Amino acid sequence: MAVGLEHFLILSAILFAIGLYGALAKRNAVVILMSIEIMLNAVNIAMVAFSRYGHFITGQVFAIFIMVVAAAEAAVGLALIIAIYRSRETVDAEKFDLMKW
Amino acid sequence: MPPEVVLAILLLPFFSFVIISFILRPFFNHRPQLSGYVTIASIGASLLLSIWALIEVSGAEGHVLPMPDYEWLAIGDTVIRIGVTVDALAAVMLIVVTSVSLLVQLYSQGYMRGDGGYARYFAFMSLFTGSMLGLVLADNLLFLYLFWEGVGLCSYLLIGFWFHKPEAARAATKAFLITRIGDFGFLVAILLLYAKTGTFDIGELQHLALAGVLGGSVLTWAAIGIFSGAVGKSAQFPLHTWLPDAMEGPTPVSALIHAATMVAAGVYLVARLFPVFASSAMAITTVAIIGGFTAIFAATMGLVMNDIKRVLAYSTISQLGYMMLGLGAVGMAVANGALPVEAGLALGVAVGIFHLFNHAFFKSLLFLGAGSVNHATGTFDIREMGGLRKAMPWTYFTFLIASLSIAGIWPLAGFWSKEGILAQAWESTPILFYLAMITVFMTAFYMFRVVFLTFGGEYRGQAQGSHGLHESPLVMLVPMVLLAILAVVSGWLPISEFLGGESHSFFGALSGPLAWASLVLAGLGILLAYAIYSKKWLSAESLRRAFAPLYTLFSRKYWLDELYERFFVIRLLVNGLFAALHWFDDHIIDGVVNGIAEGTVAAGRVIRRAETGQLQAYGLAIFIGILVIVACLFIFS
Repeated sequence: MAVGLEHFLILSAILFAIGLYGALAKRNAVVILMSIEIMLNAVNIAMVAFSRYGHFITGQVFAIFIMVVAAAEAAVGLALIIAIYRSRETVDAEKFDLMKW
Repeated sequence: MPPEVVLAILLLPFFSFVIISFILRPFFNHRPQLSGYVTIASIGASLLLSIWALIEVSGAEGHVLPMPDYEWLAIGDTVIRIGVTVDALAAVMLIVVTSVSLLVQLYSQGYMRGDGGYARYFAFMSLFTGSMLGLVLADNLLFLYLFWEGVGLCSYLLIGFWFHKPEAARAATKAFLITRIGDFGFLVAILLLYAKTGTFDIGELQHLALAGVLGGSVLTWAAIGIFSGAVGKSAQFPLHTWLPDAMEGPTPVSALIHAATMVAAGVYLVARLFPVFASSAMAITTVAIIGGFTAIFAATMGLVMNDIKRVLAYSTISQLGYMMLGLGAVGMAVANGALPVEAGLALGVAVGIFHLFNHAFFKSLLFLGAGSVNHATGTFDIREMGGLRKAMPWTYFTFLIASLSIAGIWPLAGFWSKEGILAQAWESTPILFYLAMITVFMTAFYMFRVVFLTFGGEYRGQAQGSHGLHESPLVMLVPMVLLAILAVVSGWLPISEFLGGESHSFFGALSGPLAWASLVLAGLGILLAYAIYSKKWLSAESLRRAFAPLYTLFSRKYWLDELYERFFVIRLLVNGLFAALHWFDDHIIDGVVNGIAEGTVAAGRVIRRAETGQLQAYGLAIFIGILVIVACLFIFS
């Protein structure tokens, strides 16, 4: 069985769905952050796969950009989580209800 | 005579108003007497030009000067033209307004000296004189109405001239509001006439009324509406209550506005539109009845007032009633066909306006005399005067002449015009004649009551002690003496013939029984006042007790003020209409606005439950939203 574009895309979709589920359903903020990383990487897989099968270099360039942004975002996100942990002594996303009416 | 000159008569006082308000008062306020000089110069010039106009009119064919008119407003196809009418009636009124105004301004130089509002006073007086001249000259109802409101405004401003006095402020408001009731009818009538005829031009309306094109109930209602304006302005029953209160203003104002000119505007209006009135028997009968009733009704209240200016105010109302009666009596004869139309119309105007002409001089003189007395004693209450004859011989002398004139004693001015009215009333409707005759008696009585109480006997006041009483300065006396001369001779002038009425000979007037009847009645009135207030053969106190119910009725002014205030204003307006409007405002208008606001708040209170502050819930919502959008794209594209 040859590995084609659709396999990469299915893998990408599965990873994205796992990430989305984690981001929306998990309580721990660190896990949410990790889920977001999974979603970003799912997109990366799709980008690289399109690049490989479509013969454009653009997708790979974008994948590198996304990795850079993801690294920066993870740093900022973790910093925020640490900051909020210091003030509220929890990383439970359901307890972060300061914006509530 | 060039038309620009006629416009100058009208514009000079306005010009003076502008100069005083915008140049003299802001920049030369340390020399207020300048504003007096400007006013006197402008009105003096108007007087000279008015005399010129009178001479020109008397030489002109049909006593009318042709004048151009100008386009004033063009609204779509409707063009409203304005212009001036210079005919005999307007020329006579011009002389009355400018001459009395000039003399009153001269007098004011003395009377108002040192008042803080000196410049403001003369500014308003100029504005008033200009508006009054405009009212007299206007050839068009809309234009006339503009000036009609202008004089009303000046009356308000000048009654409330001492606005720091609460009574003055109240009197000003009262005058404004009550005349407004009449003006409303006037405005409706103007619009009604315009709707039916398509013109505001007075000359055209007169022709249409005479030709019978304009007639029936439209004409009657229009005439009655116009008359309601005249009733308000000329203080006729039932809208007379403002005039006695208007005496809170400075006395020269009372002399000019509330005796000689503005209150006579109602009579002038009826005279100006006399063909319209005389074409409707019902309207002209209303004029005659209201006039006759007001004449006697106001006189009864004049009998018992203790404030000299209020006696004069009721006297003014009564005399204005006389003029209306004169117009009405002749008009009824015309409407019944007893008099030929052309001659009858001229006769009616002549009878009414001749009395207006004479009344302007003697009544403004009486007011100036009252002001002069007040200048010396500091009061208007005749119970606190007395004996002023010795201290103020000139004031006494001029006041006496004016009193004799108003009482209708031969050969003073009042006699001639009053005879004219009495004669016409006798010819036309005897009941009006009897009312007028009783009024002659009462007029003589109340005027000489004032004369004897003020100038006769001993001084009863404490204000300044009898040695402190002094004659007024020359600047006040000279206008009074000039007016006294006019109060004697104005009846000898051929005003009546000039306006197209009957002429009278100097001694021939005494040949008829009517003249003797009225002279005897006037003499009896004077004699009764002499008996009671000078010789005290009859005690005023015991008479008052004998006629207690009548005395109370008169001195409480028939309780009309109370009726108007308690019933119309408080019961009907404040508790009825205003309360209903207040309820509507509170519950309907505010209810809609507040309801929308409260509904929005309540909806917000429900919907804000959706804002949980949970980021993941928002994320889920975004995700579902995207799914819905994508699904829509697939389904609908």
